[in-house]
Amino acid sequence: MTDVAIRVRGFSQFFGAVQKLNALDLDVRRNEILGIIGPARSGKSTFLCALNRLNDLVRGSRVEGTITIDGRDIYEPDVDVIELRRKLGMVFATPVPLPRSIFENVAFGARMAGLKGRARLDAVVRDSLERGGLWEEVKDRLETSGLKLSGGQQQRLCLARILAVKPEYILLDEPTSGLDPISTMKIEDSLRKLKKDYTIILVTNNTKQAARVADRTAFFLNGGLVEAGPTADIFTAPQDKRTDDYLRGRFG
Amino acid sequence: MAMKTKKRGKNRLERNDRLVRLALLVIAFSAVSVLLVITVFIVQQGTPIMFKYGLKSFLAGGNWYPSEKVFGLWPMIVGSLFVTAGALVIGVPFGLACAIVLTEFSSKNVRRVIKPIVELLAGIPSVVYGFMGVIILVPFIRQTFGGPGLSVLAASIVLGIMILPTIISISVDSLQAVPPSYREGSIALGATRWQTVKMVLFPAARSGIIASIILGMGRAIGETMATIMIAGNAAEIPRSLLAPVRTLTSNIALEMSYATGEHREALFATGVILFIIIMVLNTVANATSSRRRRQP
Repeated sequence: MTDVAIRVRGFSQFFGAVQKLNALDLDVRRNEILGIIGPARSGKSTFLCALNRLNDLVRGSRVEGTITIDGRDIYEPDVDVIELRRKLGMVFATPVPLPRSIFENVAFGARMAGLKGRARLDAVVRDSLERGGLWEEVKDRLETSGLKLSGGQQQRLCLARILAVKPEYILLDEPTSGLDPISTMKIEDSLRKLKKDYTIILVTNNTKQAARVADRTAFFLNGGLVEAGPTADIFTAPQDKRTDDYLRGRFG
Repeated sequence: MAMKTKKRGKNRLERNDRLVRLALLVIAFSAVSVLLVITVFIVQQGTPIMFKYGLKSFLAGGNWYPSEKVFGLWPMIVGSLFVTAGALVIGVPFGLACAIVLTEFSSKNVRRVIKPIVELLAGIPSVVYGFMGVIILVPFIRQTFGGPGLSVLAASIVLGIMILPTIISISVDSLQAVPPSYREGSIALGATRWQTVKMVLFPAARSGIIASIILGMGRAIGETMATIMIAGNAAEIPRSLLAPVRTLTSNIALEMSYATGEHREALFATGVILFIIIMVLNTVANATSSRRRRQP
């Protein structure tokens, strides 16, 4: 459990002259769910997008410090960004199924990774949908459009789509912010099962969600890390007053 | 009393609203009625002669000797289709490639400069395109490949260039209209930019891209001046890409000034055929695009 999978040291992210993340130090342990909480614009999503280098797409992006994943600094010049992004699957706040069938949505990532052959794709699609907790609901209509699913189903479809790429890490950016309680519960159930095989980072606006599923929780504020620790400690005995204030709803 | 005024005021507003709606309806209909008038006029002028000489010999006849009352439109039909197809073969790949480069592989500043320039291409009069074709392209083809130079190939190239602005600007618009979340989602999955274009953006923007091709095709098939200048205008079925060709539009424009009687009617009939071909192509293209859109 103490195996550190992602090690962040003195990491800062700039977009042009604007600094969004300020000298973060944070460890993510293998096969844990790390919850990241904090008010809007505190840098939670920026941090996720730094991990898979999605921030590179933003003009004027610049970083300082290091992020080491599985012993490699991912901002080294010779890092294969495509491979990095396959290793760290990301689920966004708004589910974005592609305007294609359910099958194609899940097969998409696998196809891009070079997987061919109907039988193998079938197996990957089924396995991914099962892990994403959606298989039972869609197994008879894989050819219908992904856009026809409900919001919660779409989000699980996006989760399954990530899994089809065979990542080692799953990054979730407020995955249940637009979902009803039942759908939220289903996603949380899937995450608990997935923890066995993946390392999961869950950014959430819902502190209760972090309390429910995260093994450890980190509290971000204004682009900096206030504190991180076992979820129970953070929620019952926060070290920092600001954490306490946030959890009690005094700001944010 | 107060209530009464209020009611009257409301009635006046409602009446104004009805008037405005009526006026807009009349304006909208006047645009449609122009199409109606043109259709009725062409059909009325053009169809009698088609039936007089027989639809089959009119459409499938290979000879066009108006002075001897032989009216076979087949060479012009084939000519229009060849030249249009040629223009699409040249214009579509170039146009789409350009649209992709502009939206996905170039900075905002480059796009801000290039796109208006491309759109400016659409403003150049077709006679100028024809002129450039005659001066530069036709001699080049004559010297390099042989033949008269005035040919299917020359017309296809010039029309291909002429439809570029249509294809590029509409395709760029529809590619840019794809929600950014599609792009991010795909790239987060580890897709390269090209894979994202091919597997996500293109399918998502497909209806707009098809519309751009339809409009480009309409422009190519309807273009007259440039084709007259560079296609050679021989009223016979072209045996090769280097042979001269006459399109339906050229046929009308070349002879209308001196045609009388049945010859004149035959030119109207040419217009009818052109009209039908454009309608059919448009309908087919629209149907394919909307069917594909429904079926993801």
